Amino acid sequence: MSREMTGARIVIEALREQGVDTVFGYPGGAVLPIYDEIFQQNDIKHILVRHEQGATHAAEGYARSTGKPGVVLVTSGPGATNAVTGMTDALMDSIPIIVLSGQVPTFMIGNDAFQEADTVGITRPCSKHNWLVKDTADLAQTIHKAFHIATTGRPGPVLIDIPKDVQFASARYTPMNKASKGHYAPQLKGDIDAITAAVKALETAKRPIIYSGGGVINSGAGASQLLRELVSATNIPVTSTLMGLGAYPASGENWLGMLGMHGTYESNMAMHDCDYMLCIGARFDDRITGRTDAFSPDSLKVHIDIDPSSINKNIHVDIPIIGDIAHVLEDFLKVWKSRGRKTDAAAVKDWQHVINDWRDIKCLAYRGSDTIIKPQYALQRLEALTKGRDRYITTEVGQHQMWAAQFMGFEDPNRFMTSGGLGTMGYGLPASIGVQVAHPDSLVINVAGDASFLMNMQELGTAAQFRLPVKQFILNNERLGMVRQWQQLLHGERYSSSWSESLPDFVKLAEAFGAKGIVVSDPAELDSAIQEMIDHDGPVILDCLVEKHENCFPMIPSGKAHNDMLLGDDSTEGAIDASGSILV
Amino acid sequence: MNSLNLKQGSSRKSAYDLKNPLDEREETHTLAVLVDNEAGTLARVIGLFSGRGYNIDSLTVAETDTKGHRSRITIVTTGTPAVIEQIKAQLGGIVPVYRVHDLTVEGPSVEREMALLKVVGTGEKRVEAMRLADVFRVNVVDSTLDSFVFEITGTSEKIDAFSDLMRPLGLVEFARTGVAALARGNT
Ligand SMILES: Cc1ncc(C[n+]2csc(CCOP(=O)(O)OP(=O)(O)O)c2C)c(N)n1
Repeated sequence: MSREMTGARIVIEALREQGVDTVFGYPGGAVLPIYDEIFQQNDIKHILVRHEQGATHAAEGYARSTGKPGVVLVTSGPGATNAVTGMTDALMDSIPIIVLSGQVPTFMIGNDAFQEADTVGITRPCSKHNWLVKDTADLAQTIHKAFHIATTGRPGPVLIDIPKDVQFASARYTPMNKASKGHYAPQLKGDIDAITAAVKALETAKRPIIYSGGGVINSGAGASQLLRELVSATNIPVTSTLMGLGAYPASGENWLGMLGMHGTYESNMAMHDCDYMLCIGARFDDRITGRTDAFSPDSLKVHIDIDPSSINKNIHVDIPIIGDIAHVLEDFLKVWKSRGRKTDAAAVKDWQHVINDWRDIKCLAYRGSDTIIKPQYALQRLEALTKGRDRYITTEVGQHQMWAAQFMGFEDPNRFMTSGGLGTMGYGLPASIGVQVAHPDSLVINVAGDASFLMNMQELGTAAQFRLPVKQFILNNERLGMVRQWQQLLHGERYSSSWSESLPDFVKLAEAFGAKGIVVSDPAELDSAIQEMIDHDGPVILDCLVEKHENCFPMIPSGKAHNDMLLGDDSTEGAIDASGSILV
Repeated sequence: MNSLNLKQGSSRKSAYDLKNPLDEREETHTLAVLVDNEAGTLARVIGLFSGRGYNIDSLTVAETDTKGHRSRITIVTTGTPAVIEQIKAQLGGIVPVYRVHDLTVEGPSVEREMALLKVVGTGEKRVEAMRLADVFRVNVVDSTLDSFVFEITGTSEKIDAFSDLMRPLGLVEFARTGVAALARGNT
């Protein structure tokens, strides 16, 4: 039944029909009609954030932990511009979010009206697609299309800019099943000849490796399941990007740990020395490849990706397979089984011995201390005390993020949310809020640095208001640690603006927001502090005072190859040359 | 460099001697991009080129299917083969784009461009301009006692050649449309 209703009502109706239960937003003049509709219904919960950037990251956290798109509602002008960072973050990490922004009325567009901004212009490069809806009759159709585009193919952020007069005017509602999807229809099935060629090459590979990424998680639970099946059937070692952690369990026998700039020695060495690389849903990003002309020089490379533009972008691959990971892996396994389940088992076994020698180097080892909490130790204890629980981890950006990736074990997909591609400090707290909204009974922990935490700390107010018991685990080194580390390695130990001066008292800060604050500095008290954080029924900041000058290793310095890793503080002198220092 | 004295990888080749596969010669390609004619599509296409540092040598666009609201964008671009492939893949990823044709590789194609040239002068120069216009089969679309506006249609090279000849003869203004192109034959 197609009914006549206002644009504002159409927005709510379309969201409801799309199965949306939560919207993260912030009101303002240009979205008041939509807020008025939100007020008059109970199906969709509105989470009032404290800053629109928080809304976008919360929506990302919601999306990544559920596999459903996150929805954001912001006003025109500053509301929309504040959403830009989160949209860019979602674009880089392929996270489906739908941003609805208010706009000045159509007849005022272009007049530099109050709170007018060219929102579709500003967000064009940071959205998968966006629309300015000028006619209420097109609104429902556009919203349905937006969900389709955000969630299919390579997922990403979309924005719908809705002028205020369009929200007030009435039109017939277009239901989901009547809405045109347009011609956007990404290829799901991979080319079977390419898949067969990839299988054949695997059968004779002597040093194979799987390099998996966020695409496996985006493809859905089935894809992770198929990845696990493939690994256990073929016995291939597997590594993953930051975004892909959890697709293969960290406790799995074939797990090498994360790869890349701060990845494990064994995974980077194996990537460098392999003769067969199966890249599944990753994009050969510069954090992964290091120096591209020295990247895995002897391997045949297979690349499965849903986005054709990811193929051959940074690294030339031998067998590209365009398609959805779950579809392609299913066919891959079918072909491999039908051809007799062959691998060069003896060679693969030898390869694993080589890898085990690399493992024995224990690249994540660090010097422990009885007097001061080492950040790595703090994360090992957090891992030990929360392992096996229904747990979600978010992070901010910096050393703590890399340590979290190194020292926490992710057994399942959708359990680790972090800003990978954009590296957005301030992501973790709002993301933890989005995760907690979606999983009210789960343990949600944001592993934070002191500097990153301050970037969106206002969202503690959101956590308190909506009784979201998010745990903020701050590894407080009173430094912009990752910046300090680079300055130590690259800039002659001139620590330009990389210390956190005038830090707040985080316990008092928590209390000021109505949360619980705990501080710990003695390694002997760490466990009980973590336990207290977990046990408290409400939001908590645990201010964990850690060693101030710890560096994050292993590290592939910018401009170096995978087999040129730094493993400890004593290996760093003169490690990065002038040509590397221009890279980020 | 590594005081722990660890193996620095077992690859026999020195990875540093490998040549950069992307370091190849540049080619010029003509792309036909078929798009939905909705607001912002052209901006998205152009933004892709500027945002990712690709070249636009020429660009033309107009609605070619009014009923279906579809436009054809013809882009002439220059880059290494890898960059050209990347441009095509990126264009294909834009939501309102429904087809990308690389006319340079998909078989023979015809390319035409139109230009208007205003040439001001009298006496010998005016006579010579008229004579060359005849040779190039150029139309005169406006004339006064001391000026012509010539209309020339042809390949970009032909227009380059004609405009070079007109420069010493009093070329004062020059407008060109950019390339329009179609594949030859019945495909
Ligand atoms: C919004 C933003 N600004 C700047 C940076 C650059 N940056 C990367 S890590 C870092 C320091 C982070 O410090 P902190 O949050 O305390 O974490 P730590 O590295 O000490 O663990 C900075 C400034 C960034 N990633 N994001």
